[in-house]
This record gives sequence, structure tokens and C-alpha cells, in this order.
Amino acid sequence: MTPAVTPVGLRFGVGLLLLALFVALAWVVLGLPPDSAGLRPAVMEQMAASGVEHPVTAVLLNFRGYDTLLELVVLLVAGLGIWSLARAVPPTTEAPGMMLDYLPRRLVPLMVLMAGYLLWRGASGPGGAFQAGAVLGAAGVLLLLAGWRLPAHWQGWPLRLLLVSGVAVFAGVGLAVIPWSGLLLAYPLSTAGALILAIEAVATLSIGATLVALFLGGEPEDSP
Amino acid sequence: MSVALMYAVTGLGLFCLGFYALIVQAHLLRKILALNIMGSGVFLLLTALARRAPGGLPDPVPQAMVITGIVVAVAATALALVLMRRLVETTGQPRLPGPDSE
Repeated sequence: MTPAVTPVGLRFGVGLLLLALFVALAWVVLGLPPDSAGLRPAVMEQMAASGVEHPVTAVLLNFRGYDTLLELVVLLVAGLGIWSLARAVPPTTEAPGMMLDYLPRRLVPLMVLMAGYLLWRGASGPGGAFQAGAVLGAAGVLLLLAGWRLPAHWQGWPLRLLLVSGVAVFAGVGLAVIPWSGLLLAYPLSTAGALILAIEAVATLSIGATLVALFLGGEPEDSP
Repeated sequence: MSVALMYAVTGLGLFCLGFYALIVQAHLLRKILALNIMGSGVFLLLTALARRAPGGLPDPVPQAMVITGIVVAVAATALALVLMRRLVETTGQPRLPGPDSE
């Protein structure tokens, strides 16, 4: 086993080296031009071709769609890794305290509403699938903490379908537009807005479900 | 120094603090936390550098990368925690085996 405590001399040496690293990096960052528009002009130039009005959503789902698709794959692979490593932590048999019993009943409907709003808002302002999915995931985690479990008949293929749906729909739409535009993930302008909303809606549910599946800490015990 | 660059340097500071803990701490939970702090530092750096644009309108490309990055970081942390739990179940120790444990 590695020793529990690193020797003081080594700590000091590491600290000194990292201080040097910090100074070097800070020198580079402070040497950057104080105002730089970065890639914003390039993005704004192409906004009309994106199908949405918010530049971040346009970058996420259209200009760098490939990147976002692979990030959904990473999320799915992390979930697969966890499910294949361990069984889920069994639900607590303890009754939740008054706060934990009362709060999720009031908060979860609001969080679902919030997720829906964030998803819709993503087309024109800050919001979108990842934010909405995170809120949905948090709602699910709150329910798990309060002792709620998905009914057994939902834990088999319906849950797995939901986990895969984000990647499946995104990749499916990406492939389906090839005959029109000739390129993977290049949506035709007339339908770009609707396609992006559809992908985002499915991705929101899928991201939320995956985050809750991660929190389970393993494959659900009574799934077939 | 502009406000954006001040945030960027704060992000660098978080990154280096996390890096220090990652090397010095032996307990794997502390290493996972350290990696998360390093990640937060990088996110802060990216959003701060995106904020340098004149007119106050930020560069959307780093912002999009950070949004997906946060969710991916959560997923990676969950996987790391489950791996750690398995290691504790197998070896009884929340630490990596050293070169002298053969």
C-alpha cells in the first residue's frame, strides 16, 4: 500500500513545483489579449443557417453536433460501466424524515416543470437539453433519497430504452439527414429547428434517466 | 487586470490546488474530489476566457463545451466512485497498491 501520509519534504517539493506551474500558466493567461471575440463572429455569421436563435444551442446541437453526440455516448458508457461493476445500493428501509417526506412531493413537480421550461427556452436563450436533463436528474435523485423506487416492470427494457434513446435518436437523425444534405448531422435548414427540438427533448429525458441510473450505484437488484 | 482575466487566474489557482491534492493525498476519495476541483478550475478558466469579448457578449463555443463537460464530469465521478467502492470491497483499503506491496 502507498503510505497514508506523504512525507513533508515531498509535499513541499510538489507544492513548489505546482506554484511554478501556476505562475507560468498565469503569465500565459495574463499575456492573452484582454478583449478577444474568439469564435463568436464565426458563429454569428452562420446563425441564420442553424435553425435556432441562441448561439450556445446552435454550437451544441448544430455546429459541433458531433462533439455533443459523443458526449452523450460518454454518459451512456459511464452508466454501462457502473451497471456492470456493481449491483444497486439497496433502498433504505428507514422511513424518510418529515422534511425528506414532504419536500420532494412539493419540489419534484416544480422541477419537472422547470426542466420543460429550460428545454423550450434553449432555442432562444440560455437553456437546453443538458441543463434540463440535470434538473430532471436532480429530481430523480431527490425521489431516490426519499425512498422511492421505479416499479419493477419499468426497470427492465423500458429503462434501458430510455437510457439509450438520447444517443439513438441523435445518431438516427444525424444519419437520416444524409440523403438531403449529403453530410452526417447536417440538418436541412427548413427542418433544423424542429429536428433540434426533437433531439433535445429525447436527450433531456435520456440525460435525466442516466444521471439517476448513475446515482443508483449499480444495476437495479430486481431487474430481469 | 480585467475581471474576466481575474476569474481565469482563479480557475488556474483551483486547478493547481486540485493537482497538489491529487498527488499528495493517498485516499482515493480525496483524489476523486481533487480531480473534480481541477475540472472546475478548467471550466472557470474556459468561461472566463470566453467572457473577454468586447461588448459583453461571450464566445458561445467554450460555453457549449463547458455545459457538456459538467455533465460528463458528473458521470466520470460516479464511475470513479463505483470503482473505488469495488477496490475497497476487494482489498479493504481505499488506496492504490504501492510498488512495495508485491
